Amino acid sequence: MNFIHNTKAIFKRELKAYFESPVAYVFLVVFLMLTAFLTFAVGRFYESGQADLRGFFLWHPWVYMILVPAAAMRLWAEERRSGTIELLLTLPVTLTEAILGKFLAAWAFLTLALILTFPVLLTTLYLGNPDIGVALAGYFGSFLLAGAYLSVGLLTSAMTRNQVISFVISVVVCLFLLLAGWPPVTDLLIRVTQDHTSLNWLVTGVASLSFMPHYESIQRGVIALRDLAYYASVIIFMLFATHLVLENRKAA
Amino acid sequence: MLEVKELHKQFGSIHAVNGVSFKVEQGEVLGFLGPNGAGKSTTMRMITGFLPPTSGTAVVNGHDVITAPIAAKNQIGYLPENAPVYSDMTVVNFLRFAAEIRGFSGSARLRCVDAAIEKAHLEKVRNQSISTLSKGYRQRTCFAQAILHDPPILIMDEPTDGLDPNQKHVVRAMIREMAPRKVIIISTHILEEVEAVCSRAIIIANGRIVANGTPAELKTRTDSHGTLEDVFRALTLGDEPLRKVS
Repeated sequence: MNFIHNTKAIFKRELKAYFESPVAYVFLVVFLMLTAFLTFAVGRFYESGQADLRGFFLWHPWVYMILVPAAAMRLWAEERRSGTIELLLTLPVTLTEAILGKFLAAWAFLTLALILTFPVLLTTLYLGNPDIGVALAGYFGSFLLAGAYLSVGLLTSAMTRNQVISFVISVVVCLFLLLAGWPPVTDLLIRVTQDHTSLNWLVTGVASLSFMPHYESIQRGVIALRDLAYYASVIIFMLFATHLVLENRKAA
Repeated sequence: MLEVKELHKQFGSIHAVNGVSFKVEQGEVLGFLGPNGAGKSTTMRMITGFLPPTSGTAVVNGHDVITAPIAAKNQIGYLPENAPVYSDMTVVNFLRFAAEIRGFSGSARLRCVDAAIEKAHLEKVRNQSISTLSKGYRQRTCFAQAILHDPPILIMDEPTDGLDPNQKHVVRAMIREMAPRKVIIISTHILEEVEAVCSRAIIIANGRIVANGTPAELKTRTDSHGTLEDVFRALTLGDEPLRKVS
């Protein structure tokens, strides 16, 4: 019971912290404007003549790549820089509760941003008859993707007291996880390793680390167990690594 | 009661704390003295469960900080060095958060936050954002957090650092007022503070305890039976020649 109580207390504080500074508002406005711009102007939503959300969700991996690390970089780096980590970790909470509380708060915040894109859904409903199931699956897939990016950002935030460093490393890791399964990158890897067929496992291994195939399969409306397991394992792995990093820090 | 047993902390090749052991009973105010970098903060961080010791442990009212960290943390109120606080929060919200983590809820939570605000003289700034407060108020906000659950053990790392003389006076008065009911440890390098509030002092240098006694006992340790400052210099400068400050 203590576990839930403490996680909830940290969750609430962390979620409030977003709104007690301008960060939340800047983030929400930029996220909504960017997704709308990419969907309607760049993606030519109206011209495509199709009442579905594919052209909307297509951009999420790229928008998240920049914005999720920005939302996550503060989580631990700021605690370390200001020394409040010493306060937090000498209160009667476990590290797991603190990590989970922060992670869930940031995820809830990202979910709020995602929910606020509802006018896009309303627009497609007005224009035609989109498959609601596919649209909801799209939202669910985007929600999971945000959680996966966030877990990477949480880890890089725990590794440094400098938010900019956390942001940059997190963007690079997310870019890698995004591109690893992208055909141009896998083609390159296949060409590099073509003389060494014994290395094929490496190419498929790297490719299967990627967010992309899992994201795309959920976007098609198929919620398969293996995709859920993929996201769950990425998130759990990253949270576990965060735990290790914080446990082994030398000082504040 | 607080018992520290053979604490060691090694950062790479640096032996920051090297076999520190002592006991503090209820009613005592223990002054932790030492030059900067002597290992005072590191020792306090190990007692409060922030840093894991390389070896050794501390037992807080029967709860071992290594094997029962949460039970031990429940017994402790801690004011870390430089009084870190969440500066985006208001004073009252910050204290409510601390109270919630400390297991208070409903009206008990409001009451203990109000009591802490009163004890730390924060009424004037209770709804102010911490980022707008002066150093003295931030210090007292963090102090309020440390005492709000009325902990039997209170550990304060340089509680009067950076305060003006009036604020120092207030903090010392608060420490003296609470002393009979608690185990209190304060670290400081202000020697007059030791004489003002501490019933016992430990001098620590290069990670080792070099003296442990009442301020009066410590003073007799130099030939010139001078001030506490002479003793401090004699014990912590090691082989470096002593220069008399006139």
